[in-house]
Amino acid sequence: MPPRPLDARALAALAANPGCGRRALLDGAGVDKNALATALGSPAAFGQSQFAIVRGNSFEAKVKGDGGAELLRLVHAHLDAAAEPPGSGALVPDLTAAGPEGRAARTALALREATSAKDWTLLDHPMLALEVAGTPAYLEPDAVVVHPDGRWTVVEIKSFPMIDAAADAAKVGAAARQAAVYVLALERIAGKVAGAEVGHSVLLVCPKDFSNLPTAAAVDIRRERSVTRRQLDRLTRVEELAAALPEGLSFDPERPAEELAEAVSAVDAAYAPECLAACELAFHCRERARAADEVTALGRSVRGELGALTTVEEALAAAAGAGCAEDPTAAALHRAARLRAEALELAAALPRPHVPESPACPC
Amino acid sequence: MPLLSTLARLEAVRAGRAQPLATVRHRHLSDNPLVLVPLTTAGEAGAPLGALVGTDRNEPRVFVIPQPRDRDLRWAFLADLAVHVLAHIEAYADDVEPAERSETDPETGKRVKVETELCVDAPQLIVPSRAGIEYVRLLGRSMRFRRTAEEDPDNPYPAPSRVPLLGRWFTHLGERARVPGSSMLVSATDLLSRHWATGQSNLEDQHLGALLAWIDPPAGRSGAEAALRAELGRDEHGQLLCPPAGPATDPAFDNRLLAPAIARYDAARAALAAGPGDDDREVRTAERAVRRLVVDQMSSTWRATWEAIDLLRALPPGERAEERWTRDRWSYTGHRDRVRAGEPPQPRRDDAVTAAQKLATRETEQVRLDAQEALDDPLVMAGRRLAGEAFAGEVTGVVMEWTESKRPSPRPLVTVSTQDRPQLADGGAAKVYRSLDGRPQSAQFVRFEEDGQVVLRLLDKMGRGRDPEPGSVPEEGDRVCWTLFEHDARGGPKLPDPERTPWTHGGPPGSGAAVHLPDAVTDEDIL
Repeated sequence: MPPRPLDARALAALAANPGCGRRALLDGAGVDKNALATALGSPAAFGQSQFAIVRGNSFEAKVKGDGGAELLRLVHAHLDAAAEPPGSGALVPDLTAAGPEGRAARTALALREATSAKDWTLLDHPMLALEVAGTPAYLEPDAVVVHPDGRWTVVEIKSFPMIDAAADAAKVGAAARQAAVYVLALERIAGKVAGAEVGHSVLLVCPKDFSNLPTAAAVDIRRERSVTRRQLDRLTRVEELAAALPEGLSFDPERPAEELAEAVSAVDAAYAPECLAACELAFHCRERARAADEVTALGRSVRGELGALTTVEEALAAAAGAGCAEDPTAAALHRAARLRAEALELAAALPRPHVPESPACPC
Repeated sequence: MPLLSTLARLEAVRAGRAQPLATVRHRHLSDNPLVLVPLTTAGEAGAPLGALVGTDRNEPRVFVIPQPRDRDLRWAFLADLAVHVLAHIEAYADDVEPAERSETDPETGKRVKVETELCVDAPQLIVPSRAGIEYVRLLGRSMRFRRTAEEDPDNPYPAPSRVPLLGRWFTHLGERARVPGSSMLVSATDLLSRHWATGQSNLEDQHLGALLAWIDPPAGRSGAEAALRAELGRDEHGQLLCPPAGPATDPAFDNRLLAPAIARYDAARAALAAGPGDDDREVRTAERAVRRLVVDQMSSTWRATWEAIDLLRALPPGERAEERWTRDRWSYTGHRDRVRAGEPPQPRRDDAVTAAQKLATRETEQVRLDAQEALDDPLVMAGRRLAGEAFAGEVTGVVMEWTESKRPSPRPLVTVSTQDRPQLADGGAAKVYRSLDGRPQSAQFVRFEEDGQVVLRLLDKMGRGRDPEPGSVPEEGDRVCWTLFEHDARGGPKLPDPERTPWTHGGPPGSGAAVHLPDAVTDEDIL
């Protein structure tokens, strides 16, 4: 089974939960987590509607159509209004090559040439290489624009709308984290090219209001960039994780589910409900977390609030009065339990107004 | 999350079913709510796929668009929806009662009472999930700037006449839904998760099917099992047993069922347009097929939303929820008046003063909601007591004292024994409040006794005479509950008129803001 390369989405998700060794190892080893989750009996619910894919592709084609004239116009207007406006004959180098390594090398060469050409250049779907936790990852941004002054700008084309110049904050955040990964990868190349600099604002291109016309906004990603860089540096190196594992461990999806579950549980996970939106294995990890009675399954904030009480049974024992003397959290929980019981008793004693039964739904 | 809610969640995990977070219903529920279950097309902004609408759970109105990218079909859908929803919204407009409102007199600058009218009731819209509320806002934004053929005869794509009006009402409802405690546009998931704590996280509570499974699990199953089935259970064709509450559809449904059905519809239409005959049987068959699929996705959500309403109806209404509903009625009446006065649609962006006003309203209403919920519900009050913002206990002593003036007024000292730990400091002279026949009586904190008892001095609501009115002073042995927060919310300082917006906030709104250009229309697309 060929290894699955890391992509920017996976890296951004990984950076969102850097403590998760399971994810770091499986991603680093290029395991197909989707197949693994299916083999474990908790398939991921990810998937994209073909309507969204068609719409996204047609929008991207429209934005990049006509030799990228519209896209360059947007970059000029939003990020570099002082520069010479891009003419009709902007450079769009051909980036085709064999394999990801070849494409990454071709991209690096094109970036070097474009920087010395001192003209607007559009790189359509370049390939960037970034070493993450000892494993090379190949990333493919929608586009990179080289300005006449040698600045490189990452362009993200998304199909969610920008309505009245405002877009869904959660989606913009995800796009910014993704773009931050591209900026980090570009910075490795820019370090070796004289006169090159990677812009700290990326251009987010979205459909305007309810139409199909592109509109754009500059997004400052300095914060996301530094957060992502710190998280990626912190990622435990895959070799270290692997060194702690027993010999002959295999995540082959062909193996029976029990053996796989055992193999997966050899690597520690840090499950939180947020994983459900980002990781293919989340349903498996949730099942495990619930089976182990972990309070984190109820949310990170709950976990934070309960401190040393890490399981539901411990917390409920504290609520019943165990260990109140030494742990202030346990004492607070015990008080909460007393107040809650008192209030429920009081409410039950109050006369209830008569509520007419609504008829049952026949359907 | 407050510790008390966390505790309820922990208990829910152990019990295998949801635990109460409230003992009364904290939101107004109309006798005749309009339930709206919308579905949207993935990847498109504001391209509805269909909707179920109605006030009768057995007879929803069904609207389906067989090809969501077709502009004409979409207009027809929105026009139908507008007729139906506006009929419900406008049904409340003419049933009014006299009321008073205080206004600032433009000449004297004083606050004066103005006779006005207030609608006796207001419409209530219930959508399945929070995303549904956002979708109502989005539809409102997509419709309110449209021009009808009467308004703009040259428009190549005129909107049907009622559509812009529906856009304005949807926008109003969407704005109102952001005010804490308002009930004009609510989602079933928000209503349920306000009143019950499940054994799963907040994020997972956004799934209406899973939430209902925890609150009312089917016989013989635990809430966790039932929720898991609602969340992930799929049939032999890979389709979810409990389709998502929308407006987004499940990608597997889109790819395996809907896309082929829409493609067949497109093919039938193309064949009809190209072919010699005008037999549209194929088109109608294909349309029915799409309709069946979409209705099938919506109907379980429809039933779930009504189930949620049933669960909420079974709770006794909170006393002060009605007072908040009156504010919703004012809001409805106000918007009705603006529409009748021919005012233009809500602008794309609020000016600085309106935006500040909206924020101030939301803050005031949040404070009011927190106070009122605590007063209505001992369980909510327990949370405030745990946080040291209230305390309850038994009166152990009352000492009569009076003010030193020509006409002495009573200022009795009341000693309360409590196990709570209110955040009161000696010498702080903080005020505390209790509810006396629904009105707040205030007292001043005097001191803590050595054994932890609290000594308070009553300040008001004892009548005009030398001796307090009977019942206005608690007696020894009475159970009382005092709060450190006020029972009513105070609004902030008055904001300037929009024409006097300071330059720090962009200055007065320019005249350009008054012109509402319709949105651009492109050929590929749609709206």
